[in-house]
Formats: sequence, structure tokens, C-alpha cells
Amino acid sequence: MNALGIINYDDSSVYVAGLSDYRPIPSLSFMGRYRLIDFVVSNMTNSGISHIQVYVKSKPRSVFEHLGTGRQYNINSKRGKLHLLSGEEPILSQIYNHDITAFMQNMQFIEEANFPYVVVAPSYMVYTCNFNDVLTTHIESGADVTVLYKTIDNAKEEFIGVNTLTMDRTKRITKVEKNRGKFKNRHVSLDAYVMSKKMFIELIYLAQKTSSLYTLKDVMSDSIDTLRIVGYPLHGYVACINTIEAYFRSNMELICYEKSKELFNSEWPIHTRTNDSCPTTYSALADVKSSTIANGCFIEGEIIHSVLGRGVIVKPGSVIENSIILPGATIGENVHLKNVIVDKNAKIQHIKELIGETAQPIYVKRRDNI
Amino acid sequence: MRQNNMIAMILAGGRGSRLLELTNKVAKPAVYYGGKYRIIDFPLSNCANSGIDVVGVLTQYESVLLNSYVAQDQRWGLDAKDSGIYVLPPREKSDGFGLYRGTADAITQNIDFIDQYDPEYVLILSGDHIYKMDYSKMLDYHKANNADVTIAVLEVTLKEASRFGIMNTDDQDRIIEFEEKPKKPKSNLASMGIYIFNWKSLRKALTEDLKNPNSTHDFGKDIIPNFIENDRRLYAWRFKGYWKDVGTIDSLWEANMDLIYRGNELDLSDPTWKIYTEDITTPPQFIGENAIVKQSYINQGCVVDGHVENSVLFTNVIVEEGAKVINSVLLPNVVVHKGAVIRRMIVAEDVEIMENAVVGSADSEEIGLEYHRIVR
Repeated sequence: MNALGIINYDDSSVYVAGLSDYRPIPSLSFMGRYRLIDFVVSNMTNSGISHIQVYVKSKPRSVFEHLGTGRQYNINSKRGKLHLLSGEEPILSQIYNHDITAFMQNMQFIEEANFPYVVVAPSYMVYTCNFNDVLTTHIESGADVTVLYKTIDNAKEEFIGVNTLTMDRTKRITKVEKNRGKFKNRHVSLDAYVMSKKMFIELIYLAQKTSSLYTLKDVMSDSIDTLRIVGYPLHGYVACINTIEAYFRSNMELICYEKSKELFNSEWPIHTRTNDSCPTTYSALADVKSSTIANGCFIEGEIIHSVLGRGVIVKPGSVIENSIILPGATIGENVHLKNVIVDKNAKIQHIKELIGETAQPIYVKRRDNI
Repeated sequence: MRQNNMIAMILAGGRGSRLLELTNKVAKPAVYYGGKYRIIDFPLSNCANSGIDVVGVLTQYESVLLNSYVAQDQRWGLDAKDSGIYVLPPREKSDGFGLYRGTADAITQNIDFIDQYDPEYVLILSGDHIYKMDYSKMLDYHKANNADVTIAVLEVTLKEASRFGIMNTDDQDRIIEFEEKPKKPKSNLASMGIYIFNWKSLRKALTEDLKNPNSTHDFGKDIIPNFIENDRRLYAWRFKGYWKDVGTIDSLWEANMDLIYRGNELDLSDPTWKIYTEDITTPPQFIGENAIVKQSYINQGCVVDGHVENSVLFTNVIVEEGAKVINSVLLPNVVVHKGAVIRRMIVAEDVEIMENAVVGSADSEEIGLEYHRIVR
């Protein structure tokens, strides 16, 4: 495919309380098996994009370790490239640590990449999309920029803070507004753009010239009158992981196999790094219903409507309901969890009951021992 | 790091004909085991975990799948600059095309391959055994004894001993006699078919064996007895732990069933000695609202809404609502439709069991093998 893939910083409003204190958004564990960034990288490589730049804002260790050379995503080690980039120069204040600064500092690599188009997308939006189809439509339409959007009917609860788009009959965007949760039905921007590389570079310089705090999203909103920016509708499952509630909700939704088929299909595999875990053992005491389980678990308790990450141990007498247990956590005997997110490698043994609210799950810290 | 001190050669040419239709199109080392593995993953992972960098795999019977499978050496981490897995099927030579006539002949025909690495020791392995072993410990033992050959042995009961090649040793575990399937065994040390040779001595012995018209070119029958006869230093290295040679449908089923209990002797969950295998891209496993899953070992990609008990499910198996899978092993991509019942069976890859079909029975003496694509 004739485009450079760019995985952008996630929107600065994205904050998944607890979880994102320990790792950047791209590394968040999802469905017990994936990390969020697996979706956007797999979308790009499945679409035939061979060169991908990943911009990493902070705490890069887990992203570097997870992505590696990109072999697991089918990136050719000679002809392709997974380029992990971060701001090269010291940032005096966090307010300047945004995507335009990072693009400016790595302009050389953007210019050098020998592709006429770019596909820019963040990692906090979970969906499957063939970017090749988007590029074809983009070229045919003659637009300056094509923006992916999803039409939703639950904008009061989800995609809060995300830009909503108003379009004319030709899909040209005429108005951009932040979703403040006032309306039900909205077209929400997925912060994913297809455009020529030339246009992308022009927009970076324009943003830089306009304000040193401007992001790509800002300059895009500013340009709807001067440029022809059109929307491209995405059908199928889309989750916007911008809060802990949204993280919880989307994991819970995808437990349902029928629902998950909107996201997972064997023709469009979502790749991830293997952990070489053995299969999961269910003991004679196990009682598991409506749940998604990763490999390497040992289950002796009752699991209802929950997500278990790799290598989770659940001891006898425990009941886990509506919860997400991240990889490597241990739930001791006779523990009752409901609406809880247990972070990686935590151990719950002495406290026997933790009950959160569906809308406000309890979060247990990484490596915590309670 | 370059480490050509010891290279490994895995004998993977056998059919395993008692595994019936499971080995119609693949050699025994490629047979599935343990929810996600193939048998050859065990010796390959053991090599990788023991710090061996160069592994030759000798294939012969139905080798297409096996050759392409093991050639993906990154699966076992053997893709660093100075390491690799090399597939060595029989080849055409200037004096004709030679099939491997025996285990020793397979090595003899690849002397040129081994010479390229100029190793001090060669480890000979079988590709169809299930076990975890640190070969570097065996090498230490070999060096400490200043041995010419070290043979890994397993202590079996005297009753079982007549099914194995038995090593009779002195009190220092030096091997003084080898008996193939003895009627009246004198010892209970069974050969595991795992040998460390000093390459120079083995090379010489193989070259001589090639010229011997009476030889069957077999390690157990020819090379080892020859070493003993010539008064070479052969030592038995005692292995303790899980080891299975799954020759039949029953024993393959049993070995799978060993895994449904956590704390089983093989322990595939040990993070210090992982068994590596093909990385198949699938979602996690989905357990539905009607599911009952007890005492089972289930791999990623499975979708279970029925009743699964005392069973092993491989990648992407689907068990629909109301279906029952009891005491069975379902290989990858098997679909069990509503109301179907499977008991005491191994169900081969890609088989589809249609609605309300009944396969196998609770009181069958032997384990059944279902391999027809569609079962009604």
C-alpha cells in the first residue's frame, strides 16, 4: 500500500485512571490477551502498510518491548519498518509535549519515507478497518483529508470529549464540536486521517506557526473552511478507551461471543506478541459462565461475566463477577469480587470482598497485595 | 553467542503407524499434543532452553508439513545470527538417491552438515518423545565421566523393562551391556534414545558402520553395541521426570489426559522451562452462558457453550450449546454442533460433528479416533 502508517499520540484528554499511571495507553491490556496498540498496528499491516512510525509519548519501555521488530504483525524485516519514535529534544514543560512537537522533531524521517500518502491513527480507538479502502475512497473523492468517523447513538455516555462532526451531503465536514454528552446521536471522529504526505507536512507547519500548543486535531478543526476535509464512515465495532469506565465497558461488551464477532474475524486477524503460555486449566471445582479467558490460567473458582488475562490464578471458593483480572494476578480462596479491575500481578488474599459499581469499578493496583 | 561445542540432531523421520489416520499425512513428530503443541516442540524447546544453538532435524516419512513447521526457527528462539534449525531430508547424491536406512544412517548421510560446525559433541535426539530435559546437565555429566557416549536412561519397572532397550551398568553407572527388549531384564534402566557422543568417535564409528554389510545402521542395534564391544566409555545418565513415547491412540489420549490436572508431572506452566510452539493468531477463549467446563485443558480461540469435562480442547475448537464432550481430546478447529455427544475419543483436526451425533461411548475399552470430515 502506498502509504506511511503513523501511530499518533493519544488525545491528551485520554486518561484511564489507575491503569495508565503504570503504562502508556498503547500498552493497556485488552480482552486479557491484547494490548490496545495491537488493533491499530494490525489494521495497518493487514491493509498492506509496510512502514509504520509509532510515536511514543512517555514511559516507552512496555511499548518497545511489546512491538519489538514488528515481526508478529507481519512486518518484513528487510523491506518493512516499524519505527519507534519519541520527542528527541528535551521538553521544557508538559504542555509542549504534543504530537506536532514530536512530528517536527522527527520531520526528517517523515520526509525520507518514500510514500505519497499517510494514514495517521491513535491507539486508544479499538476497531478493525481496511485503510486501503479508505485510501481508495480518499483518492477518488479528491479531498484534502479524509477522517474516519463512527455514527453512534450513545454519545451521552461514550466518546465524551471526542470531536463530533457535522457534514454536508458530500460528506464534507462543516463543523467540529467537542462531545460534551448533551446529545444521543452523533458522528464522532476517530482521530484517524488519510491524506497526502505533502498535506500532512503542510498541516504540521501550519499548526506550528499558529500556536506552539496546537495539536494535529486542533489544526484539523481550524482548517475545515480552507480545506476539503471529508468523513469516511466506519461500520462495525468501535470502542473509545478514554476513561476507566469506557475501558471497563468495552471489555465487558466483548465478552459476548456474538458481539466480539463484530471486532474479531479470522480474515482480519489481530496480532499480538506471544507469551508462550500453556492452555488454561479448569479444575473440577471451576464454574465459568459468560467469560473471556486467556491462556495459562488455573481456575478453581466461579467466574461470571468477567475477563481473565494470561496466567491468572483463581483459588477455590472465590467468586468473580463482572470483573477484569489482568495478566498474572492471583485471587486467593473465598474472595468475592464484583465490578473490580485487578491490575497485573496483584494478589488478593486477605480482603475477602470487593464490590464496585458497574458504572464505577474498583481498581486494584499493579503488584498490590491485599 | 557462538556455541558450537555441542549441536543437536533430531531423528524425526518415523511414521508412528499405530497412530493410524493421525499420521497419514504427517510424521509422528508433527502429531498434536497438549492443547497447542506438536510433539517435536518438546525436543526443540529443550534444545533452546539448554543453550544449544544449532539443531538439525532429520525427516523422511511425509515430511512436507514437518519440514515447513520446524524451518520457522524463530518459534523456538533459534533464529539468532549464529543459531538455526536446519531441515535435513534425504537428498540425491552423486552416487544416487539414498533414503535413510536407519537412525545411524541418517546421521552418516549428514556428516558433511555436522562437520561444517566442527562440534566437539553431538546430541542425538528422537523427535517423538514428550519430556522436559536440560541437556546441558547431561553434557556436564558426560564431561565429568570423560565418556565417549552418554545415554539418558529412565528407571522403569522390571515388568515394563522387556519393552525397552535396557542398559546393564556397573556401580558407577558405566554401561557394560545393552539388551534390546530382553525377556529377562537384568536392570531397569531403559534407554530414552537420547545420546551424547564425542563427535570424533561417532564420526569414525559411523564411517565404519557404513562399510559393514551386516549392519542395520541403527544406534540401538549397531552403534551402541559396537561401542561397548570396543570397550569405550559409555555412561548412563539417570533422568527423573515425565517422559512419554506416545505410540498408540490410547497412549496419546492418556498423555493428553495427564495435563488436565494442574500439578501434573510435566507442568507446562513452569515459566523457567517453557515449551514453545507455533504462534497462532486467535482471540482468547469464550465461555458462554450455558457452558459447563470441568477438569479440562483448553487453548485460546475456543468457543464453549456446551458441557466439557475431563477433556483437552486445541486451538479454535467450538462446542455449541447442549453438546457434550467427555473424556476426549479435540484437535484444532473441531466443531461440535448442538446436542452432539463425544466420549472417550480423539477427534482429528477440522472434523465437524453435526447436531445430535453420538461419537464414542463411555464404556469403550479402547479410545476411538474420529477423522471423517463430517460426522452425522
